[in-house]
Amino acid sequence: MPAPYGLNDDSVVVIIGSGAGGGTLGNELAQKGIDVVILEAGPRIEYEDFINDEWDSFGQLAWLDNRTTGGGWRVHKDFPNLPAWIVKAVGGTTTHWAGASLRIQEHEFKTLTNYGKVEGANLLDWPITLADLEPYYAKAEDKMGVTRTNDIEGLPGNNNFKVFKAGADKLGYKECHTGNMAINSADRDGRMGCQQTGFCFQGCKWGAKWSTLYTEIPKGEATGKLEVRPSSHVLKIEHDDSGKVTSVVYADKDGKMQSQKARIVCVAGNSIESPRLLLNSASSKFPDGLANSSGQVGKNYMRHTTGSVYAIFDKPVHFWRGTTMAGIVRDEAKHDPSRGFVGGYELETLALGLPFMAAFLDPGGWGRSFTTALDHYDKMAGMWIVGEDMPQEQNAVKLHGELKDKYGMPIPDVWFTDHPNDVAMRNHAYKQGMAMYDAVGATRSFPTPPYPSTHNLGTNRMSEKASDGVVNKWGQTHDIKNLFVSDGSQFTTGAAENPTLTIVSLAIRQADYIAEQMGAKSI
Amino acid sequence: MVTIYQGKSGLSRRELLKRGSAAGALLIISGSAVLSAGEAWGLESTALKPETLATLIQMARDVYPHDQVPDKFYAIAIKSHDEQAGKDAAHKDLIEKGIADLDQKSGAGGYTGLGWEDERVAILRQIEDTPFFQAIRGGLVVGLYNQKEVWPIFGYEGESYSKGGYIARGFDDIEWL
Ligand SMILES: Cc1cc2nc3c(=O)[nH]c(=O)nc-3n(C[C@H](O)[C@H](O)[C@H](O)COP(=O)(O)OP(=O)(O)OC[C@H]3O[C@@H](n4cnc5c(N)ncnc54)[C@H](O)[C@@H]3O)c2cc1C
Ligand code: SF4
Repeated sequence: MPAPYGLNDDSVVVIIGSGAGGGTLGNELAQKGIDVVILEAGPRIEYEDFINDEWDSFGQLAWLDNRTTGGGWRVHKDFPNLPAWIVKAVGGTTTHWAGASLRIQEHEFKTLTNYGKVEGANLLDWPITLADLEPYYAKAEDKMGVTRTNDIEGLPGNNNFKVFKAGADKLGYKECHTGNMAINSADRDGRMGCQQTGFCFQGCKWGAKWSTLYTEIPKGEATGKLEVRPSSHVLKIEHDDSGKVTSVVYADKDGKMQSQKARIVCVAGNSIESPRLLLNSASSKFPDGLANSSGQVGKNYMRHTTGSVYAIFDKPVHFWRGTTMAGIVRDEAKHDPSRGFVGGYELETLALGLPFMAAFLDPGGWGRSFTTALDHYDKMAGMWIVGEDMPQEQNAVKLHGELKDKYGMPIPDVWFTDHPNDVAMRNHAYKQGMAMYDAVGATRSFPTPPYPSTHNLGTNRMSEKASDGVVNKWGQTHDIKNLFVSDGSQFTTGAAENPTLTIVSLAIRQADYIAEQMGAKSI
Repeated sequence: MVTIYQGKSGLSRRELLKRGSAAGALLIISGSAVLSAGEAWGLESTALKPETLATLIQMARDVYPHDQVPDKFYAIAIKSHDEQAGKDAAHKDLIEKGIADLDQKSGAGGYTGLGWEDERVAILRQIEDTPFFQAIRGGLVVGLYNQKEVWPIFGYEGESYSKGGYIARGFDDIEWL
C-alpha cells in the first residue's frame, strides 16, 4: 500500500522525479525500509491507457512546458521550443523509451586518459570504473530483464532488422544482433512478452517493456515505505543556515504551493530540469545556485552524437511493424582514432510512424524531393546513430533571462553546438549506414539530422575533485552532504551507449550508499 | 469540426463545366464554398475568402505533392487556417496577404493560373522564409500526415494494439532479401 507521509515529516528521503533514476532509487530505498516520498511533476497514467498514436501519445505524456534553445545545432532552428523529448508523467521517460540497454565500455570511463586532451572539449575521467559498476550492471540487467543477459533470449528480428542485418553482413560487421533490450522476449517478472506492436516510443500497452511506472514504483509501494505524489512540480530546494537541505517547495495538482520537509533530497528530473532546479534554488548563501561552487551546474550538456539513416528499396519492408529499436551493430563502438575522431558509435534499428517520419525525416523540407521519399514509406528501412559526443562547457542548460513558467520560475534555455569531433563521427556513421543499405539494394538513402534530444546528460557531472564537477562518485553533491543527483545529469562523459541501464545501475549503487550513510548517521 | 462535406455539390456536372474554375481544373468557387468537380466534396469558408481557400489547397499540394492523395485531404489539412482566421484577425491578415502576394508574384492569372507545378514552386521558393509560408508548411506537416484516412494511401497501418500487435501479422514477413 502507498504510504502517506506528512508534509512536516523530516525523516523522509524526498526524490524529485520518478523516471529511470528516481523511480529506481525510490524502490531500492523502500526495499531497505527507508521512508521515501517521490514528487513527480506529471500525472499517473497506467499502461492500459497509453495510446498507439504518435502525436496523441506525445500530447498525453511528453514534457510540453515552454523551453528555449540556442547555439549552432539544427534543433534550434527546426524545433526552437522543443530541445528534448522527455516525458512528464509517473515513470518519466521510461514510458516512451525504446529499451536499448548497454553497458558503458571500460575505456569510456576514462576518456581524458584514453583519448588525451581534445581541443575545445571538457573531457574528464569518471571517478568510477567499469569494475565498480559491474555488480550494479548485473543487478540492473536482472531487474529490467535485459535480453541476452541472465539467460534471457534475444527478441526475434522484425523486417527492419532483417534488412539491417543483411547490410551488416555484406559490410562484414561481426557484432550485429537484435540488441540487449529491456523488453521481455517471453513472460517474466509478472509481465508478458513483446507482441511486436511497434509503438515502443508511445508506451508499451502490454507492459512488455520495462518502465519504472509498472515495475519499480508498484514494488516500492508494496513495501509501505514509498509514496509517489503525482502532479507535484518541485520549484525550489531550501536549506538551513548550516547549508544542509531541509525541504522542497512544490506546486501541487491544484497549483497550490506546498512544502515537504526532508532528511535527504535526491534530484532526478532529467538533465534539463535537474540543473534548472538547482539554479532556481539560489539563495543568499548559495547565490549561484545549489551545489554550484564549481560553476559546473548546467554545463557540459551532452545529447549523444545522433542522426538517422533511412533508405528506400524497390520492395516492401513494413518497418513500423514490431519492436522499434531491436537491432544493433556494435563494431563501430570502439575507440579507433584512425577513423578521424575519438570515441565510437552504435547503429540501432529505428522506425517511425508516418506522422513522425513526416515531421523528422528532413524538418522544414518540402517539395518533391521530400514527398517522393514518403511516397515509398512502406519500402523504407531505418537506423539510428548513437555515439559519444564531447562535453563542452558552453553547451549548457541556463536559466532564461526573461521568460518564466506559470509558477514564476525562469524557464530553461538549452544551448548546444556540435564539436568538430561530433560532426566527423556523424559523417562517418552516415557513410557506414548508407553503405549498409546500398549493399542490400537501396535505391535512395537519407542522412537524417538529429531529433530533439532523447538522451540528455552531463549537466551535474560526477568528478573526483570538487572543482571539476557537481557530484562525487556516489552522486552526492560535493557541496551539500544530504543533496544527491540521481539521474543522467551525473554522467561525466556520454559514452557511445544508450544511457538508461547506467542511470539505473548508478541509482541502485546510490541507494546502497545512502542507506549506509543514514545507518552511520552521517547524513 | 471540419466542414468538409461529401455528396452532391448542388451543381450539375454541366453547370460545373460551364462555370469553369477558380483554381486550376479541379476546384470551383460557389458562394462561400470551394467545391470539387471530380470528387464529391466541398469546403465551406467562414473567415477567409473562398478563393483564398482554393489557392491554399493548390499551394498545399505544391508544398507536399503526393499525386496519389486526393485534394480532399489537402482541403482538410488547410481548413484550420480558416478556423483560426475566424478567431484571430492577425492570422486572417497573414493568410489573405500571403495569398494576395502569391497571386501578385504569379502574374496576370494569379498563382492558380500557373499551369506547371515547377512554375508555382518557383514562386514558393521566393517566399519560403516568410512567416506566411512557414505557417502553411508547418501546419501541413501535422495537418496532412496525421489524418488517419491518409495513412492507408502510404501503406501505414496505424494502431495495432487492438489487433494483437504484429506478432502474428507479419512483423518478420519480408521475403525478398
Ligand atoms: C523516444 C525515446 C526513446 C528512448 N530510448 C532509449 C533507449 O532505447 N535506451 C536508453 O538507454 N535510453 C533511451 N531513452 C532515454 C531514456 O528515456 C532516458 O535516458 C531516461 O529515462 C532518463 O532517466 P532520468 O531518470 O534521467 O529522467 P526521466 O526518465 O526523464 O525522469 C525524469 C522525471 O522527473 C520529472 N521531473 C522533472 N522535473 C521535475 C520537477 N521539478 N518536479 C517534479 N518532477 C520533475 C519528470 O516529469 C520525469 O517524470 C529514450 C528516450 C526517448 C524520449
Ligand atoms: S513492440 Fe513490444 S515492447 Fe514495443 S510496445 Fe510493442 S509489445 Fe511493447
